[in-house]
Formats: sequence, C-alpha cells, structure tokens
Amino acid sequence: MKNGLINTLLKDDKASQRFILILMAVSILVPILNLLVPESWPIHVSTYTVTLLGKYLCFALLALAVDLIWGYCGILSLGHGAFFALGGYAMGMYLMRQIGDRGVYGNPELPDFMVFLNWQELPWYWYGFDNFGFAMLMVLLVPGLLAFVFGWFAFRSRVTGVYLSIITQAMTYALMLAFFRNEMGFGGNNGLTDFKDILGFDLQSDYTRCTLFFLTALSLALAYLACIGIVKSKLGRVLVAIRDAESRTRFMGYRVEHYKLFVFVFSAVLAGIAGAFYVPQVGIINPGEFTPINSIEIIIWVAIGGRGTLYGAVIGAILVNYGKTWFTGAFPELWLFMLGGLFVVATIYLPQGIKGLFDKWQSRQNTATPTAGA
Amino acid sequence: MQEHSVESLAEKSILYMSGVSKSFDGFKAINNLSLFIKPGELRAIIGPNGAGKTTMMDLITGKLTPDTGEIYFRHDIDLTKHDEADIANLGIGRKFQKPTVIESLTVFENLELALQGKRGVFESLLFKLDTEGKQRIEEVFDIIGLGAKSAHAAGSLAHGEKQRLEIGVLLVQNPDLLLVDEPAAGMTDEETEQLSNLLKRIQGDHSVVVVEHDMEFIRSLDTEVTVLHEGSVLAGGTLEQVQQNERVVEVYLGR
Repeated sequence: MKNGLINTLLKDDKASQRFILILMAVSILVPILNLLVPESWPIHVSTYTVTLLGKYLCFALLALAVDLIWGYCGILSLGHGAFFALGGYAMGMYLMRQIGDRGVYGNPELPDFMVFLNWQELPWYWYGFDNFGFAMLMVLLVPGLLAFVFGWFAFRSRVTGVYLSIITQAMTYALMLAFFRNEMGFGGNNGLTDFKDILGFDLQSDYTRCTLFFLTALSLALAYLACIGIVKSKLGRVLVAIRDAESRTRFMGYRVEHYKLFVFVFSAVLAGIAGAFYVPQVGIINPGEFTPINSIEIIIWVAIGGRGTLYGAVIGAILVNYGKTWFTGAFPELWLFMLGGLFVVATIYLPQGIKGLFDKWQSRQNTATPTAGA
Repeated sequence: MQEHSVESLAEKSILYMSGVSKSFDGFKAINNLSLFIKPGELRAIIGPNGAGKTTMMDLITGKLTPDTGEIYFRHDIDLTKHDEADIANLGIGRKFQKPTVIESLTVFENLELALQGKRGVFESLLFKLDTEGKQRIEEVFDIIGLGAKSAHAAGSLAHGEKQRLEIGVLLVQNPDLLLVDEPAAGMTDEETEQLSNLLKRIQGDHSVVVVEHDMEFIRSLDTEVTVLHEGSVLAGGTLEQVQQNERVVEVYLGR
C-alpha cells in the first residue's frame, strides 16, 4: 500500500527518483564508512564530517520548507528561521532536562542557567519537557501554532508580497529580542547547551551521531515525498494558481487564505522538525538562530538551487553551506561578500538556479542525440 | 402599478441591482444605479472612462460592498453578504480586462482547476478527475477551441487565445451569469470576431454582461445596450437608439 503510494508519487519523475535514491544511499553509506571502516583507511568518514553532513541535511529540510511556500505559492517568508529555531528550542529543552543532576551546579531540579539566575523553581512552560514524546509534540506544535496564528491574521487581511515579507522579518526579529532576555527562561544569549544524551544515548558517541544523521536523511526523504504529494495534487496546482494570479483563483471560487494558511503551517512544521534535528547534532541552540540574516540566507539557498523544484532547494542548501564551511575556514572575512555575490550572480545569470543549469545541459544533450522523438 | 412591475422585474431577473451607491473618499463612483439582467440575456454596457463600469463589476462579484442599495442574484440571493469565492461558487463568473489565466499551468489544467466541485484544501489534495469532469472540459473545448493546445502552458498562448481560455475557465464552472470586462482591448480583428461569435453562442445558456469601449465590437454583438455615466444609467436600448440619444452624444463627444 505504502509502496504503491510512493510509486504513484514518483512515477514519471526521474529527477525525484534519482534524488531519493541518492539520499538513501548517502544515509546508509556515510554511517557505514564512519562506523565499520577503520580510521586509517582513506575512505573512512570522520565523525566530524558525519555531523557536518547532518547539519547540511537539516538546512536542506529547512530549504525544502521554504521552497514549498515560496516556489509554489509565492509566499516569500523572511522569517522561516524562527520556526526552525522554535523547533530547535523545543528539542533543546528536552535535552536540558536529560542532563538532570550532571550540570555544573549538580541541581537535579533546575538547569544550570536557572541556578545561576537564582531561580527557585522550574517555570511552568518547562513542565513536560522531561518527556521525549511531549517534547517532540512541541517540536511540531509550537512552530505550527505560531504559523497558524500569524498566517490567520496576515492572509485574512490579504497581506501579500513585500509587506508579508517585512512582517515575517519583524516576527523573527521580535522573537530574537525576546529570547535574548534572561527573564524569558530560555537561557538568554547563551541559549541551551552542554547536552549529555538523548533517550539515554550519549550524544558524543559515534553511534548516536550516525543514528541522528540517518534519521535526518530519512525525515528529509519523507518530507520531500510529502511535498511532492502536495505539489502534484490539485492542491499544488491551486497553490501555483495563487502564485500566478491570486484574484483569478479567488474568482474561481477558491478560498485563497485557507490554502495559504495550510501550506504555511505545513512548511513551518517542517522547519521545526529541521531545527529539532539540528540542535542535538550541533550541540547548542541560542537566540542567534532567530537573526533575520539567517532567514534571508535560506532564501539565497533556495534561489541558488532553483526555486519551485523542491530538489533544487536541497541542492542549493547543501552546496551553499559546503561553500560556507570551506570559505569561513579559508577566508573567513570574505564569506558574506561571496554570499552576496552568489545571490547577485544567481539572480542575473541563473534565474532558474543550479537546477536551470542542469536543464539547459540536459536539453543540449538531447539535441545532440536526437533519438528520442518528442 | 409601478411597484408591481419592479417586483416582477426582480422575480424575472438573474441579476437585480436597485439604488446601489458606492463612494470612495466622497467621490460617488456608483450613484443610485439600478440594473436588471434577464436569464439568458446578452447585455452590453458602455460608458466613458470613469463611468463606474469596473466598480459595478467589483460590487457584483463581492470585491466591494455597496454603501447603499440592493444586489440580488437569482432574485433571492443577497450578493452584498457574500465574498468573491462564495459568489464565484454561486454561479457568477468574471473575466478580467487583462486576460488572466494561470500562466504556468497548461490549458487543460486551467480548465480542470475551474471545474465545479468542493473547493476545500483537503478535497483538493485528494482530488481525482472523473469522467464527468473530463466530459465537461471537452464540451468547453468545443466552444472555445484550443483543444489542440490542451497540453500547452497557458502563458505561451496568444492574447486572443488567453481571452478565450479565460472565458473557457468561466464556462467550465457553468455559471448562470458571466461578467466580461473589456474583452476586445488589444485584440486583432480576427480575434475580436471569434470572441463576439463565442459570446453570442453562449447567450441563452448563460446570461452575459459585457462591458466594452469598442463600438464595432458592440455592434457585432447586436444586442441591448446600457449606457453608464457618472455611476448611473444614462440610456438604454439598441445601439442605434442609444447613438441617437442626445445626452449620450453629449457625454461621449463633450469630453
């Protein structure tokens, strides 16, 4: 049954088939090369690399979420980093509770930063986060609920285009300021860190890291399939209709605000999941994740990869972040100029992003071998 | 006696507007406008720039609500209490002045999107095109042509073809009333002729209201004309009658 569904989703979609295959191969190969191949061998993948790749995949999931709303429905959110960070905080709170009395102050009841601030008891909103299931529910619910409330007002009032982008930006900025405050009870500017284990598994162990990596890849694949499912249904065509001609869609009898709200909330939940996988792998979450720059960077990944294709967003996120890792190592002060330059080049010369480049290359190949009669 | 005839007009009309006014910052775009459209009627509405033609369309389709006055559809549905999506589903289709189709979808997909049916998010997610729907799309292809371009992106169509596709999008929904805003603008003579034939063909099955500047086009429609001026009806009748009306001549030539 499930196989049947996946088959119908990927039927006649070579690019997506290839994408899922590569992703699954990587998700299995990387842990094998890390765990089973001795370190002295050249094909051994270091744990550092596994974590790095895991981080890229989280960003890829985030880019996928943004491409779904921007590429297909024309909603340019400049605040999607906020949903990512909220999912991350929900996971971080669970990981904080897992520390128990192993903190610097050895307080079994309170996280270190609360002891430091002289708090006597756990704030009510930290209740339940010792429970993994509850915390995971919050990973989905908190970003989803914020997106719902935000989207409800914005889309009902027909806020579109630049105006919407600006208020999403304001939203993430406001959250950043709030999370910087110590009184909020989320660790202020240090955020949440010093995590020890997840579900009892040591976060530093190679096995845990490989499992996290595998699960990140798996959720990326599942999220991709879900997005494909949306995009290929009539729902996806309504989204495109809203992007291309919003009032036409309205006069066709579609309630545009409901469609926007649905896809915005779905996208925010995906972003939250990405954040939840990100935090145990990088080992920290702080208010810096809410900075508007982060949200703008996501847009650049998607633009460079090619918007409105889903896999383009994934490729863009991975390549740009690989570039960032390399550049910030080699020429740290040049990275932001590079990023800006890339965006300009992509906008002017590659309006379809890297995906468009592939298409051009492929069509040139097809014309070179005119056997396929189309 | 007068009272009785207005009431029967309301009974018989598909669209009934009575004493409708709408102002923007003190400017009366629509001023005590009354208009009745009979089922199956093709009505042309002309008027100089600023006569309130587009505002009238906006009021009927729920994009705007009137300050005063009544707008009834099929004599018992109060249109002032519904929004655009509702009104579209009730059976009023609107064609924009600038041809508006979903450019990145194919011609077929444009028509499929407009098919009657539930418009909810989850219904759309699970939607499957049935034979009835396919048949309806075929019927519309028979009316508007374009069948050969079914799989082409709507954005690749010529101007006149987009106009016809947009009318097709409206027809698929099988509306009782079609509002068509300046369809002849920017079209070649041949395209204009095709369009006027198309509109004449669908009257009878649907009521059609055409707002237009182009007198040649109005003449080719060969139907009753209403002249709008400063937000209310100035004159009505056949095109010849209207053209001989002194006040109409004054309004058109005096500016």
